[in-house]
Amino acid sequence: MIRLALLWLALVATPARAEEVVLGLSQDEVSITATFDGSEILIFGAVKRDAPIPAGGPLSVIVTVQGPREPVVVRRKDRVAGIWVNTDAMPMDLAPSFYAVATTGPFFDVISHTEDLRHQVSIEHAIRAVGDREGITDPERFRTALIRIRTGQNLYQQLEGAVEFSESTLFNTSISLPANLTEGAYATRIFLTRDGAVVDTYEGVIQVQKVGLERFLFNLAQQQPLAYGLLSLFIAITAGWGASAAFRALKS
Amino acid sequence: MQIYLPIAEVSVNAFLLLGIGGIVGILSGLFGVGGGFLITPLLFFVGIPPAVAVATSANQIVASSVSAVIAHFQRRNVDLRMGTVLLVGGLIGSTLGVWLFSILRSMGQVDLFVSLCYVVFLGSVGGLMFVESLNALRRSRRPGAPLQRRKHGLAHTLPFKMKFRISGLYISVIPPLLVGLVVGILSAVMGVGGGFIMVPAMIYLLHMPTKVVIGTSLFQIIFVTAYTTLLHATTNKTVDMPLAVILLLGGVIGAQFGTRIGARMKAEQLRILLALLVLAVCGKLALDLLIQPAEVYSIAREGTA
Repeated sequence: MIRLALLWLALVATPARAEEVVLGLSQDEVSITATFDGSEILIFGAVKRDAPIPAGGPLSVIVTVQGPREPVVVRRKDRVAGIWVNTDAMPMDLAPSFYAVATTGPFFDVISHTEDLRHQVSIEHAIRAVGDREGITDPERFRTALIRIRTGQNLYQQLEGAVEFSESTLFNTSISLPANLTEGAYATRIFLTRDGAVVDTYEGVIQVQKVGLERFLFNLAQQQPLAYGLLSLFIAITAGWGASAAFRALKS
Repeated sequence: MQIYLPIAEVSVNAFLLLGIGGIVGILSGLFGVGGGFLITPLLFFVGIPPAVAVATSANQIVASSVSAVIAHFQRRNVDLRMGTVLLVGGLIGSTLGVWLFSILRSMGQVDLFVSLCYVVFLGSVGGLMFVESLNALRRSRRPGAPLQRRKHGLAHTLPFKMKFRISGLYISVIPPLLVGLVVGILSAVMGVGGGFIMVPAMIYLLHMPTKVVIGTSLFQIIFVTAYTTLLHATTNKTVDMPLAVILLLGGVIGAQFGTRIGARMKAEQLRILLALLVLAVCGKLALDLLIQPAEVYSIAREGTA
């Protein structure tokens, strides 16, 4: 009820444009605890319009959620003297650690190739690899391999038809975050499109953070590695000695 | 029960990890090997990133080795003097190894080199040990057969001789130092304690009695892996404490069972079992190199790889 009220308030408060997105999120942060096993986030919103629905095709909605981007190296094995060896390596300047794109219909029905390129909506365009690499004649294959592997791990999700859109006004979708999640700011973008062209965009952020003990250990490991290492050793030695002593006590 | 590991950044079943720790613990108590050559591939298999798996298993090996070495101390099966000589070589070796590792990494072939190291060393060590212990078993079944005389090798003619009372040896310190050095280099490069190389080297090169070998090897492994853990924690920040705690819970209990089982078995039998295990792991790694992988592409995050 409060959500709806806020939504209504937002509808009234935003400045006028032909058709605008008003976004709501079920949560704007995801906490990674010790028992974290993935999470589902609900993204919903509404289209605000001051004028009657313009002529043309039906309105469509695209929702993307993108995890922190980082450089990765994609390697390919080949057979050399009978054994499988990494022969070619293709560095990708920036690849999102997580990327989900949900649409109301088939992807290239809702957005044109040029608009996709401009706004970098599809998974392909979310990965940035600049320039040619020496000795690599087929860079596209490395890019598709990266997408294939991460799609298999549920880290990249292409969810066609996953956005529910009713009366060209209210939309909602849910995106499941896998358990092997990286910390950081997850950029959430909403695109309104008509006839393949983007009408309006909206951006928000979901914070994914480790909390409690997870946070403490991660920070300690990063900021005071020596203390962390010594603590690890201390635990190991104590546990080893303790088990030995316990077994001796059991025997006697 | 799923548990999220803060450094590895993956969620894994805690009982699975406990089981892995337990199995490796039993082996470490039984054979005097740290179990790194087994635990690291197993962790890869459950989805832990390689850098974290290597660093964390070093930490877990410290725990299971401490647990096992205490039992060996009580039976006076640890040659402290020999252990210290090996350790000196080992620490120099692992420092060299870390340096070698970084050179290989910049050449981009570290994975292949590590795999080949595993195959070559596990294969030759396992094969030699298997043949030798098979012969020893046969000899012990035919009591009339002549026993092989202990050879007076290089270790007796080199300078800097030292008395190793528990091992019953009076040999030069140069061979044990070299053994420690080589094992140290390999253990840093392969991310293992090096027990599976150390144990046969002590038996066949230094002619130490098998009983003493296991305790002494464990003693030395504790320090080398502790050193490796600290090195990984400070340079790569890849030691996952919760992962290590779960593994070592299983490991320390397993190690206690292992030493008790080991006390009831003949040395030749122990050696033949260890040889078979080493050969099995070697075979698996060799197959991975020879058979076309299902996915020829792999992804490495630049920060951790």
